[in-house]
Amino acid sequence: MSKLPSKRAETLGGYIVHGIPFPVDTDTESLAFLKRLAPLQIEQDYKITYLHSYGQDSPWFAALSNKKLLANREPESSYTYATPRGHDIYSGAETEWIDITDRQAQVHAFTVCHFGSEEFLPETPFVLALVEFEDVDTLLLTRLMGLNPDDASLDWIGMTVIPKFLRNSQLKPTDVYFVPKMN
Amino acid sequence: MRPVYAISGGVSKFAKARPDKNFQAIVMEAYDYAINDIGLDFPTFTSLVDGSVASYFSDHFSRQLMAAIMAQDYLGLIPKPSHRVEGGGATGGICFQEAWKSVASGHMDICVAYGFETMSHVETWKGNEFIALASDVSFDYPVGGFYSGYYAMMVTRHMKEFGTTVEQMASVSVKNHINAYHNPYAQKRNRYTIQDVRNSVMVAWPLTRLDICVMSDGAAATILVSEDGLRRLEGAGATIPRPLVEVTGIGRGTDAMRMSDRPHFDYDFFIQNYATEQERNSGETRAYYRRLWDHGTRYPGVHSFRAGRTAGNMAYQMAGIFDPLDELDFIELHDAYTSSEIQTYEDLGLCRYGEGGSFAESGKAYMPDIDYGLELTAEPQCPVNPSGGLIACGHPVGATGLMQAVFAIWQLQGTIEQHFGDNTLQVNNARRGAIHSHAGTGTYVTVSILEKQD
Repeated sequence: MSKLPSKRAETLGGYIVHGIPFPVDTDTESLAFLKRLAPLQIEQDYKITYLHSYGQDSPWFAALSNKKLLANREPESSYTYATPRGHDIYSGAETEWIDITDRQAQVHAFTVCHFGSEEFLPETPFVLALVEFEDVDTLLLTRLMGLNPDDASLDWIGMTVIPKFLRNSQLKPTDVYFVPKMN
Repeated sequence: MRPVYAISGGVSKFAKARPDKNFQAIVMEAYDYAINDIGLDFPTFTSLVDGSVASYFSDHFSRQLMAAIMAQDYLGLIPKPSHRVEGGGATGGICFQEAWKSVASGHMDICVAYGFETMSHVETWKGNEFIALASDVSFDYPVGGFYSGYYAMMVTRHMKEFGTTVEQMASVSVKNHINAYHNPYAQKRNRYTIQDVRNSVMVAWPLTRLDICVMSDGAAATILVSEDGLRRLEGAGATIPRPLVEVTGIGRGTDAMRMSDRPHFDYDFFIQNYATEQERNSGETRAYYRRLWDHGTRYPGVHSFRAGRTAGNMAYQMAGIFDPLDELDFIELHDAYTSSEIQTYEDLGLCRYGEGGSFAESGKAYMPDIDYGLELTAEPQCPVNPSGGLIACGHPVGATGLMQAVFAIWQLQGTIEQHFGDNTLQVNNARRGAIHSHAGTGTYVTVSILEKQD
């Protein structure tokens, strides 16, 4: 085995800086100047790829890719969750899957995001909405399309909407979105 | 449980960015202030304190896991016991209560609660992304995760349900910014009008830039003690103001992470499980709620925070409070959004559900003797966020709930002028106050009652 070089290479990446102010002398009096040194700031990258499992909620995403919107229902009470939940909050019982694709749906609450988290900034403005479904006890967070963001109005609440599905599934909750139902 | 006293506190200046110091040194600013305020030096206090509870929200912001132990180390508190707590925006409030538990249980006689956040290390919109990761990453975040968007959705429902207006929300921003004008610790000390708030940049309809708190770098610390701890500190030369400030009530509530999962309870269930004692005992209020339910209101839905109502009711019961508006002299509450301050008025029983908007503009939550440039119809009764709240002070998450505790201690000690250099924000004869810390879309909420001893 060959011996390691006695010096680290100077081109391994990171920062190459020149001429940061520093006292010529390093006696206590000269070093006291360092208390007035502006902070040094560097950039640090942080990028991770996660392998995220949808676990017991996976069928919901599989359904979206087949243009179906599922919900979970407690078998005894029929309490129904528009956003999947494997076990009922009240009985603790395992829930079953039901199809709510054709249920009547309407806007329960909404906003127009003119800004957003960095990942979604390129998509602004976009409309976020909580949608309620006939005979379903909880709501679904989704995107509303087909509306003019500049016309935001409380009148949008109660608007009847219908689901649309991406032709090419991304296995994300945005595989389904909603648009106003045309009369 | 035995009596617990909040004897001192310190807050770093909250700022957009503090690159001049790392987070440990910013915590030390607040910690040193709290120690110095009782007249002790660092080594003496270190020799007496039993342990600590540390608070910060996000490992992402500092890109540092176990940051709390680094603060513990820097403060010279090792090897004393400590643990870090995390509960979103309520992290600071939870920290305060965990320190209370450490003392009330007899585990410690002197416990320091310290908290911090340095949010300036990433750009604002990346910071919003980190915060949005505190929503379900399977079903909420990927749809367009953005907390301002979540709160905007909640308030559109509040507006639709109860007729709350954007001007009523803006009045909260005016109040809190003008209060902060007199608070040197605040990040934003500006005088705005309702028109200024409405004309500022639209972030998430109907919330504008001035309806929303800002990200900050900052720290806060409080010292909690038992009677034995008090004697130990005073035996070592500490000067602790009398009358003492006692923590007389704590309450905490939780709710589903996903707003979409919030239930919609009927009238009877609401009255039985969530109405305040005052509401339950008022036939007129029960009739008012019956009319709301007949009109379609359900509870909590996405317009109300039952975690906040749960926390408030629990704390009020422990402290013996029946009519919070009348029996509290001030409240420092978690106004991350003007809308959430209005929602919280209702959760805390300052007014009934549905009346938060009119309460906001009435003047009851304002400071006396400050000109807000608004036409207020009622006399100030219980100032809310006399410090300026999160909207004006800033929101370095892990520090925020503790900042509220520090300001509450100073209010009850009557030392606001000493600490602020300005007496304007001193609540006259403040005897009892509440602090309220709130996470997520209402997932964890803490309410603590602090009271000046007779």
